Amino acid sequence: MTEPAGIGHGRLEAHLRAARDAGRKLLVPYITGGITTGWVDLLHAAALAGADAIEVGIPFSDPVMDGPTIQAASLQALERGTTPASILSDLRAGAAELDVPLVVMTYVNVPFRMGARRFAAELVEAGVSGVILPDVPLEELDEWSPAGDAAGLETVMLASPISPDDRLAALCARSRGFVYGVGLLGVTGERSAVGERTALLAKRLKAITDLPVVMGFGVSTPEQAAQIAADADGVVVGSALVREVLDGADPEAVGHFVADLRAGLDAN
Amino acid sequence: MDGDVTPFAEPDDSGRFGRFGGRFVPETLIPALAELEAAFRDAWADKAFRDELDGLLRDYAGRPSPVTECERLSELIGVRVLLKREDLNHTGSHKINNVLGQALLARRMGKQRVIAETGAGQHGVATATAAALLGQECVVYMGDVDMERQALNVFRMRLLGAEVRPASTGSRTLKDAVNEAMRDWVASVETTHYCLGSVMGPHPYPWMVRELHRVIGDEAREQCRAILGGADPDVVVACVGGGSNAAGIFSGFGSIAGTELWGAEPAGGAAVGHGVPGIVHGMKSFLLQDEWGQVTEAESISAGLDYPGVGPEHAFLADIGRARYEAVGDDEVLDAFATLSRTEGIIPALESAHALALVLRSREELAGKTVLVNLSGRGDKDVQQVSDLFGPDAGRDRGLR
Ligand SMILES: Cc1ncc(COP(=O)(O)O)c(C=O)c1O
Repeated sequence: MTEPAGIGHGRLEAHLRAARDAGRKLLVPYITGGITTGWVDLLHAAALAGADAIEVGIPFSDPVMDGPTIQAASLQALERGTTPASILSDLRAGAAELDVPLVVMTYVNVPFRMGARRFAAELVEAGVSGVILPDVPLEELDEWSPAGDAAGLETVMLASPISPDDRLAALCARSRGFVYGVGLLGVTGERSAVGERTALLAKRLKAITDLPVVMGFGVSTPEQAAQIAADADGVVVGSALVREVLDGADPEAVGHFVADLRAGLDAN
Repeated sequence: MDGDVTPFAEPDDSGRFGRFGGRFVPETLIPALAELEAAFRDAWADKAFRDELDGLLRDYAGRPSPVTECERLSELIGVRVLLKREDLNHTGSHKINNVLGQALLARRMGKQRVIAETGAGQHGVATATAAALLGQECVVYMGDVDMERQALNVFRMRLLGAEVRPASTGSRTLKDAVNEAMRDWVASVETTHYCLGSVMGPHPYPWMVRELHRVIGDEAREQCRAILGGADPDVVVACVGGGSNAAGIFSGFGSIAGTELWGAEPAGGAAVGHGVPGIVHGMKSFLLQDEWGQVTEAESISAGLDYPGVGPEHAFLADIGRARYEAVGDDEVLDAFATLSRTEGIIPALESAHALALVLRSREELAGKTVLVNLSGRGDKDVQQVSDLFGPDAGRDRGLR
């Protein structure tokens, strides 16, 4: 596997590799930036409760990879007046002492409109390590990665259950931080059970890459997290957590929710 | 400008027309788009497929659609006006051309289920029609605001056997219907074909949908030559929502340097007019958005043009100066709607009335010239809405007389 010149392993990947290599299953909670006034406190609560990295969503008006929960969270944040600038400013003010790396997840028009170089520089300044852009496949990476790579940001690629083998290899070769396995065909949102595709994709990824393999989409309970992590290095939990926040969970409740997921993963 | 792509040719390997287009979609859709591109390329080169499609366009949809010379209107405004009568197609608009092609393609790819987005309901009705004809399962996404505005078309789709699902997030209009259709497709892509309704979305759609509408321009060019003694019109005018009827008619005249191409955008949704590039729904193009890249809502009198983006090839044509785009306001559109009804006995779709309004407004510039207008659809679907606006005197005082 060849690495594009100039892309090193950054803080996100170093942190996740170290945890994984120490025998720990990785837990990456997702929180929509700006969802509530004190949303940065939710990040601290998640970190204290055992998150290994935290995904921060910058809301976009047309989130085509998101189901009803994250759509509602995005809308709530946007209606509160949240902008990319307000999220990054909140992070600069309140997240400097977080000892887990942050990954921003948004849609490509957000960096495109701001200008990829400016967006990358501002993420770095806000202490963000990685970026996930679900509507940027390998073919369109040039829209973002020259700026992101130059700034030292780790761009995480998403793999699909129907990516053919050659694409999975190319995705893993290009991904930094971790590789994000989308464990189902569909959008984000809670699911009552884990489908067969999840383990299948996790095994295919583990067989071809040494990158941390983190599975997401639909992971809703500690039991599901543990089940999925048996074949992978860890999980992303989004909608299930965001729903708690939409229903009024405070930092303490978010901490309990994340701690339960942590316990589920550690019990394995 | 990018010299590699000539107007109305294929986009480059990355699906770009100049700096616009592309394939900005989740990984899950990449294999499906590659499959679709290969299937279309193969079908388009296959005489049996083309013959079957041409047969349906002729015997089912009623093609060729005529070109009508507007004598009274021409006299009134001092511009010779010809209309390409897509309103006379089965289901009442140009949309059927694209849909019959994609429905046959879905069958060829072994996909039994088709999904579509719709704004005014015309593309949804056309898709439901083709699905009924070919025995396919059909789901149409429609913003719940539009479902209310266009209740009759919702009933039509259901009558044709389609399921209509409301898109009840965001602005609850066309852009949200596209979002919902894409979310469905990400989950169902192995068994479902997404029948996109305009020259927008990720590659290959902008190119494929334009090719499926090229018949409008190819017919019109020959029909105009028959009427004009071998000459071509000075200007071809079409309304632009996503841009499919415009792309279809423009493509017949792309190589005729003496023919200008004009697109009429709604003032409340003039993506080319605003000229700010953005990326949404799988493509890079001009896009209505705020300073942070949040997509803003288009608002016009015609639901079919209420789209904040525009097909990437139109953005390219504007960039290289091959086509010109003007914004038209709701009032002018209603005047044009009334004018054509009274002078020619043809009630246009509100979308198509945008193209007419641009001609009426530009009549001094066009004096003595010959203009071909794409009458993309008929106004039956809009009569209720306009009757609420005009009241019982039916716009007696509106428009030119
Ligand atoms: C009659 C008619 N014309 C035009 C349009 C706009 O679409 P496009 O710009 O793709 O031609 C619509 C869409 O609903 C329509 O119904």
